[in-house]
Amino acid sequence: MAELTTGDDGNAPLDGVQIDLISTERMEGLRTMEKIHLILDGVRDGNIVILERGLDPDEESKLIEVTMGEIQPDGDGFTGIEIETYPGGTRNESGLLGRVLGRGEQSKLTVIGPANRIETLHKDENLIRTLIRRR
Amino acid sequence: MGLLTSIRSSISKLFAASEPRRIGIYGPPNAGKTTLANRIARDWTGDAVGPESHVPHETRRARRKENVEIKRNGSSVNIDIVDTPGVTTKVDYTEFLEHDMAEDDAIRRSREATEGVAEAMHWLREDVDGVIYVLDATTDPFTQVNTMLIGIIESQDLPVLIFANKIDLEDASVQRIRNAFPQHETVPLSALEGDNMDEVYDKIAEYFG
Ligand SMILES: Nc1nc2c(ncn2[C@@H]2O[C@H](COP(=O)(O)OP(=O)(O)OP(=O)(O)O)[C@@H](O)[C@H]2O)c(=O)[nH]1
Ligand SMILES: [Mg+2]
Repeated sequence: MAELTTGDDGNAPLDGVQIDLISTERMEGLRTMEKIHLILDGVRDGNIVILERGLDPDEESKLIEVTMGEIQPDGDGFTGIEIETYPGGTRNESGLLGRVLGRGEQSKLTVIGPANRIETLHKDENLIRTLIRRR
Repeated sequence: MGLLTSIRSSISKLFAASEPRRIGIYGPPNAGKTTLANRIARDWTGDAVGPESHVPHETRRARRKENVEIKRNGSSVNIDIVDTPGVTTKVDYTEFLEHDMAEDDAIRRSREATEGVAEAMHWLREDVDGVIYVLDATTDPFTQVNTMLIGIIESQDLPVLIFANKIDLEDASVQRIRNAFPQHETVPLSALEGDNMDEVYDKIAEYFG
């Protein structure tokens, strides 16, 4: 297959995986729903979206809610998202005290991709190993 | 403060005390949430909440059992229990086909499941006073969905109990769950067999009473 052929969305090359690494600064200027649509638009195009700084719990909750609304079983094949964050554990600090002390969920690196193309092979405190399938 | 104001405040306290607290039963698909909700409802009201199944996403609409009065040590706590659909970030209807389901049933199940999960997430932000987070103790608790959900619950400052379910099964590990969420109280149980339900009700009364 020719390298220059594009996918059926006319976007990503057929044989590659596009990765969007979104900076903290880019996300900071956006409202919750703008962030969520930025992420989901990328993922629905088949891209892997990496956030330098993750979402806060309220945004994560809305991300799940909106993702559910976009899954159409007889539609375009979108089956939802796979998401991994770093560091992974909740380990107490995200409670009230942690937030008062201003510790960061801030620094939480987050990887989001289409569920039907991304698979977490291994995850522990120090390593997330992910397989991304070609389309 | 006048007499009227103090009467008013004691009346509102009276109502606040008798108003049942709404306890959401959350957790991943197939953890045993409905089995637990049914057991609680049967033990204290005599009837059930909804159907249980080994096929994931059996519960696709939050179901409520109101005014469940749990009696402990002479006092009683009054709760509404809300059984929610298993939370996930993905639903692939083709996986239901493996459970011997016709295509259009699988599509319908998938659509209901996604709506139900969205609704359950919405409720968690707006409408529950406490959470029982149910995990299947035979599976790895250290998943992204569990971590996110516990984080969301913590950020709302809701009281939360973690239930390590299915301890009747041989490869259940309660300790693995305690290690994953050391900041919360973990209660072992078998919702199916009814094991350790006394401690379950003690803790419910203690946390949500
Ligand atoms: N061995 C054992 N099986 C259990 C226990 N609790 C539930 N199950 C079984 O696990 C399966 C799922 O139970 P449900 O109560 O339907 O699970 P759920 O969390 O409500 O699942 P969804 O509604 O699909 O999210 C059923 O086959 C139950 O019989 C338990 O304590 N021990
Ligand atoms: Mg259920």
